[in-house]
Parts: sequence; structure tokens; C-alpha cells
Amino acid sequence: MAGKLYRFLFLKGEPMIWLAGSGLGICLLMIGGLIVLVGAKGLDIFWPRELVRIRTVDGKAVLGEILGREKASGKEGSSKDAGDRIRAKIGNRDLNGLDYRWIDESAIVSRDVPPDALLLERQEYGNFHGFLKEIRQDGKVVAPGPAGAVAALREIQARVRPAFVRLGETEKRDVGRINSRLEKERLELRNREKESGPSADAFRAESARRSAGLKARYEELRGRLETERATLLAHRVVVTDAAGKEKEFPVADVVRIVAPNVLSVPGKLGVYLSRLWEFVSGDPRESNTEGGIFPAIFGTVLMVILMSMVAVPFGVVTALYLREYAAQGKLVGLVRIAVNNLAGVPSIVFGIFGLGFFVYGIGGRIDQLLFSTALPTPTFGTGGILWCALTLALLTVPVVVVASEEALAAVPRGMREASLALGATKWQTTWRVVLPAAAPGILTGLILAMARGTGEVAPLMIVGVVKLAPTLPLDGVAPFLHLDRKIMHLGFHIYDVGFQSPNVEAALPMVYATTALLLGVVVALNLTAILIRNHLRKKLQTSTF
Amino acid sequence: MLENTAMPEPTLAPPQAPPQAFSLGPGRSGGAAPAKAAEPVIRIESLNLFYGQKQALFDINLKIRPNTVTAFIGPSGCGKSTLLRCLNRMNDLVDGVRIDGSIDVHGISILDQGVDVTEIRRRFGMVFQKSNPFPKSIFENVVYGLRIQGIKNRAVLMEACERSLRGAALWDEAKDRLEDSALGLSGGQMQRLCIARAIAVEPEIVLMDEPCSALDPIATGKVEELIFNLKDRYTIVIVTHNMQQAARVSDETGFFMLGKLIEFDKTEAIFTRPKEKTTEEYITGRFG
Repeated sequence: MAGKLYRFLFLKGEPMIWLAGSGLGICLLMIGGLIVLVGAKGLDIFWPRELVRIRTVDGKAVLGEILGREKASGKEGSSKDAGDRIRAKIGNRDLNGLDYRWIDESAIVSRDVPPDALLLERQEYGNFHGFLKEIRQDGKVVAPGPAGAVAALREIQARVRPAFVRLGETEKRDVGRINSRLEKERLELRNREKESGPSADAFRAESARRSAGLKARYEELRGRLETERATLLAHRVVVTDAAGKEKEFPVADVVRIVAPNVLSVPGKLGVYLSRLWEFVSGDPRESNTEGGIFPAIFGTVLMVILMSMVAVPFGVVTALYLREYAAQGKLVGLVRIAVNNLAGVPSIVFGIFGLGFFVYGIGGRIDQLLFSTALPTPTFGTGGILWCALTLALLTVPVVVVASEEALAAVPRGMREASLALGATKWQTTWRVVLPAAAPGILTGLILAMARGTGEVAPLMIVGVVKLAPTLPLDGVAPFLHLDRKIMHLGFHIYDVGFQSPNVEAALPMVYATTALLLGVVVALNLTAILIRNHLRKKLQTSTF
Repeated sequence: MLENTAMPEPTLAPPQAPPQAFSLGPGRSGGAAPAKAAEPVIRIESLNLFYGQKQALFDINLKIRPNTVTAFIGPSGCGKSTLLRCLNRMNDLVDGVRIDGSIDVHGISILDQGVDVTEIRRRFGMVFQKSNPFPKSIFENVVYGLRIQGIKNRAVLMEACERSLRGAALWDEAKDRLEDSALGLSGGQMQRLCIARAIAVEPEIVLMDEPCSALDPIATGKVEELIFNLKDRYTIVIVTHNMQQAARVSDETGFFMLGKLIEFDKTEAIFTRPKEKTTEEYITGRFG
């Protein structure tokens, strides 16, 4: 019997093929399930849903999107079935306090889909669900509602909103420029504080004059911007919610106007795409629970690129020495084990190391040497994109080293001998023959490293990733790449929005959407590297990593 | 053909007597012609080589004359490849090798400590058993040796490339695809490319380590023809398993066994009237 089983299992081999196949199947199922879940949940939230008016037994009425339904758990001690309840997004955070609500089916008196219901996405306080009453300008009604006002609102919003956004950008840029020059003056002044004599006095007077000029320009700019802003904010929209409560806010605050109950499918698609584009390209609003996540995408990608620029040369050089130059022996074996183990160290440990070594150690020293006038405000002595990239590079170097070593070992001996026999030195052989032949394998290491680096959150939280970074690390102000700036990061964004947000329900869709995007970014980065590798491979034809 | 030393450039005209199996070589009389060049290019004296504790070569004494083809034959593991690799110090790459004795190349003792190894290797071209082109274009393969010497002038490189490819009888096949990857060539073409690469640096001596063992008979024929032509300009040392090949292409033959040079003489003599019994047994196929 046992012999028969043994023969069946091992000699025929068929069951083993099935076993291996089902293992692969389960893997694929898990990955596919993950992608489908995240993708479906994450991409679904941008689709405009109908606004349903629900009247309840207590006489109240709400207007909301119905997001789900579940069996309400019966109250403790009561045997009666509580029935279903529905989850609705009712918006109007400023009026209701919460914008999500559970409503028991049994408490619902009626529900209908009013065609004139409007969904206004706002800069602040989230969405407004309600009906348009009128539009005012400087207190006077310019378009009485409800019928004619929607078109007028769209027209005014299309004019006012972009102008308002531009105004904000102008302010940020121009005021920022003046501020940075003022700061420079201040530092210059501080630098020469200890000097005395006529030249120093003259410098001081000159500096004070310059500062006064800058301040005057600032005041003038500010005044101009304020008047412009006031004219834009003078357009105000008056709306009522489902219960008839009135609310007034500036048209400039309205990001998007949707009338979901009368929208055709192409119209809905348009809204969907516009929301998706805002999500990918816009700045976050409402403590990251709304708006876009562009700064996080940008920060993540830039940091991973910087990380690769550090990790790859470093890892390749290490692998080169270990494989090509070092005498293979006990010591090299030990080093190799150590490098492999480094890849398994919990990432938070690297974070702590990065904080202590890079941020406080090197950053603090840099501040003392180069930015001493700005102290006690730290420049590099605090978290920033450079330290993030270096910490991650440290984390991913072992991966690159291991992959590169394998790749170097796989370069045929004959190729090296051919080069050496032609009178090439060892370094010439390495540089001209071995490294190019090993490039695809090295790129494989880079792909692994990038995948790991993109997903890492824990160490970054303490070396420079923040919830909200006011400026991107790359901009038009010299020196363009600001390595000292803090950045936003997709992984941290998910953690922050999902678990640190006061409004958990509102944040949930954002978490899914951001997760889907993070997956997308990982795939995109990897795909780029894979394409480069395949191109190289085609050129080399021989390598089989 | 008898006055082959006077030929200004090796032309690619087929040799008058194409190599045939079991003939004693087309250039039998012509090959041994440069009698005036009595001064040997390479002089090996009491060479002993050890891999760690194991001795691989025992007291080898050998002289190799210029513009001749010298073949090393013998059963596997007899040390013929090891000896070949001593000549351009490729054995340095093997850990734990120790060499006694001396090898003089044009009076320079190449086994001395202070000798520039890369300089020595430049004077030898080497062709390996398994063709090993670099994963680069055909052009870059041929000019590799010049590039590492720092030559960047495109015209010079191009000229050297054409000359070498013509020398290796590959020009007609490769001239239209110089920028293509060398890995797209056939096995025989690759081996001739490796020969072109070896002669591009203008070596004095070309070492060939079983250059035809991975090739089919037609490609082998081409390479042998090439060896015969190259003899005009280079001194060639070839290691081969194939006794007929040794008979066809070489002027002098050394028979090795168990790390010892059993017999070294004119090829004709070795194959027709060997002095040693082992040699006779080997070439008549009684062992090996």
C-alpha cells in the first residue's frame, strides 16, 4: 500500500505537477484578488451617484448618496430583528457635523430622487448636497433660482474658480520670493553682526533700506491681491439643504458642480474622469481626505529615483569588489552573510539609524558648517527628501548587492579571458566587458530595490515624510532641487488618512484610491526598469537572468 | 608559395592545396621554408608547473621558430593547454599556480616578476576552444584590443577592423553588418571573428587552444585554411586533439603525456617515423 502510494506520488510525478500548479494558482488568485479589490474600491469612488432624498419618521429629511446596506445588529437583550440599515453620504459637514450616516430602513418614510438636486464640491467642508436658491453679488441677487440659476452658477464658477486658484498660486510664488529675499537679508545681516566700522555701518544701512523696499513691495502686492480676492469672493451662492436650511458661500469655493440626478451616462463619465484627474494631479484638501494627491506621487517618485541613484552605484561597486577583487575566503563569506542579513533587518531600525546618523549627525554638522546663520532653525538637520532617499538606499543596497553579485558571477569566464588575453587590465575587462554583460541582472536588482523602496513607510516617518508638505522638492526657484525639503509619500498618506484622520468614513474611499495609485506607481516604476532591462537583454542576447 | 615571406599582404586566394583529410598538410615543403630564421621566437627551458601540490608540467624544454605552426598534441589532461597558457601568462588567473624555469620571448624572460603582464599578452593573440565574442557589435569586437590601448581614431579603427577581418577571411561575410551584434554570427564565423580580434592588435605570436573542437567540418576547413595563411605573418602555436588537424596544419609537433614532453620534431617526422614508442602508439590510435 505504502509502496503503491510512494510510486503514485513520486515515481509517476503527476501529483507533484498538480501540487506545484495549484501553488501557483493560489498565488495568482491572491494577487489578482488584491488588485481587483483595491482597484474596484479605489476607482469606484469617483463615479457620481444619484442623490436620494430620504424622509424619516422623525420628520427629518436628508439628501445623500446611498453607499451600502447591511443587517443592523440587534440591540443587546432585544430579540426583535432590527432589519436592514443603509449607509449614506449626506455631505453638508458644516450643517450636519458628520457627512456619513447610518439610517435604519424601518425609520424611512419615503425616498425620492429630486431632479434639481445639486452636488457642489467645495474647497472647505466637503460636498454640499442640496438645492440652488439664488446667486448674489455684493449682497444683491443676480440670478434667482432655482431654474435659471444653475446655468448662471456654472458660468460664474467657470470664470471665478480658475481665477481664484491662479490668485492663490501667484500669491504663493510672489510672496514666497519676497520672503526668501527678506530671509537672505536677515541672514546676511546676522552674518556681519560682529563686524564694526564704517563699512559695516554702511552695509547695515543699505540692508535696512533693501529690507524696507522689500517690505513695501510685499505690502503693495498683498493689497493688490486682497482687492482681487474680494472681487472674486463677492460672487456668492445661496443653497438650501433637504430640510430647507439655508447656506451661503462664495462661488470661488466651489470646485465642481454636479447635478447627478439628471446626468446622462457620458456626462457621468465626464465627471468621473474629471474627478480622477483632480485626484492624480491636484493638491489635497480638507486634511488630505479630499482633493488630489499629486504632491505625494511626486514625492514618492522623486525619492525613489534619488534612492536608486545612490543605491545602484553603491551596491554595484560593493558587489564588484566582493566578486571580482576580494580573495574568496572566510572573511568575504562573512561579509556576504552580513549583507544578506542586512536585507532582513526591520525597516524601522533603518529609520532610527537614519534619524541618528543622517539627520542629527550629518545634517546637524552640515548646518553648523554651511547654514550656521540660519540656526537654530535647522536646514539639513531635520528630516528631508535627501535623508529619506539615503535611508531607503541603505535599506535597499543589500538587494542590489546580492543581485549584482549573481549577475557578475553569471558572466562567462571565457569572456573575461578573451579580454585579458588581448592585454586588457582587470579594470578594463570589468568596465568594458563584465559590467555591460551583467547590466540586465543588475537592473533586476534595481527593480526589486525600487519595489521595496516605494512601499516602505515606517523608516520614512522619522526621516522626513510629513502629512502635508507646503512645497514640492522640485520647483522653479534656484537651486531647483531642494534636498532639504520635507515630502509627502503615498504609503504614509495611506497610513495618515486611514488611521490618523478624524473623519474615518470620509477617508475610507481616499485610502482605497491612494492604495490603487500606489500599486500603479510601483508597477509603473518597475515597468520602466523592466523595459530598459529587456532592451539591454536584446542587445546582449546571451544573459539569462 | 615557396617565397611566402616576401608576400606583402596575405591575400585571401584559396591556397593551392586545400587541406584534405589525412594529407600531411598542404604546405609541407613551404611551411618549413624559413630556414634562415633559425633564431627561435620562444625558448622554454626546464619549465615545471604546479597547481598547488600537484605538478602539471615536468621539465619542459622547447624552441618555437618564427613563422611556423607548432602543434601540441596529446591525450586530455596531458598539460598541453597549460603550457600554452604559460606563454601569455594566462595561468596567473588560476589560484595557487607556481611556475619554475624560464620562458624567453625574443630574449625577454616573461616569467619574471617585474614584467608588465598586459604588455606580454598584447604580443600574443589568443584564440580559445569555445568562441567567446563579447556581446558587442562585430566592429567593436574586432577593435576591442585597440580600444583598450586608447586608440579612438575612427579611421584607424576602421582600417584595422577591415585588415583583421580580411586576415580572418570574414570580411566578405561581415562587411555589411559590422554594427550588428557579434552574437548573431554562426559558430564558425564567431571563431573566425575571435581570430580577427586576436590579430587586430598585431601580435607576434598567435596561440590557439583547440580552436576547431566546437566547429563542424566545413568551418574547421576554413579555420585551417586561415591558419595556413596566417603563418606568413605570425608564429602560431596550436593545441589540438585532432591528430589529422595537427598533421594538416603544423610544421612542428610536440607530443605530450602526463605533463611531460615526450617528443618534439618536424610534423612529418612525428607522424611518419616517431622515435618514441608512446608517440607511435598514440598517433596510431592505440590509446588516448
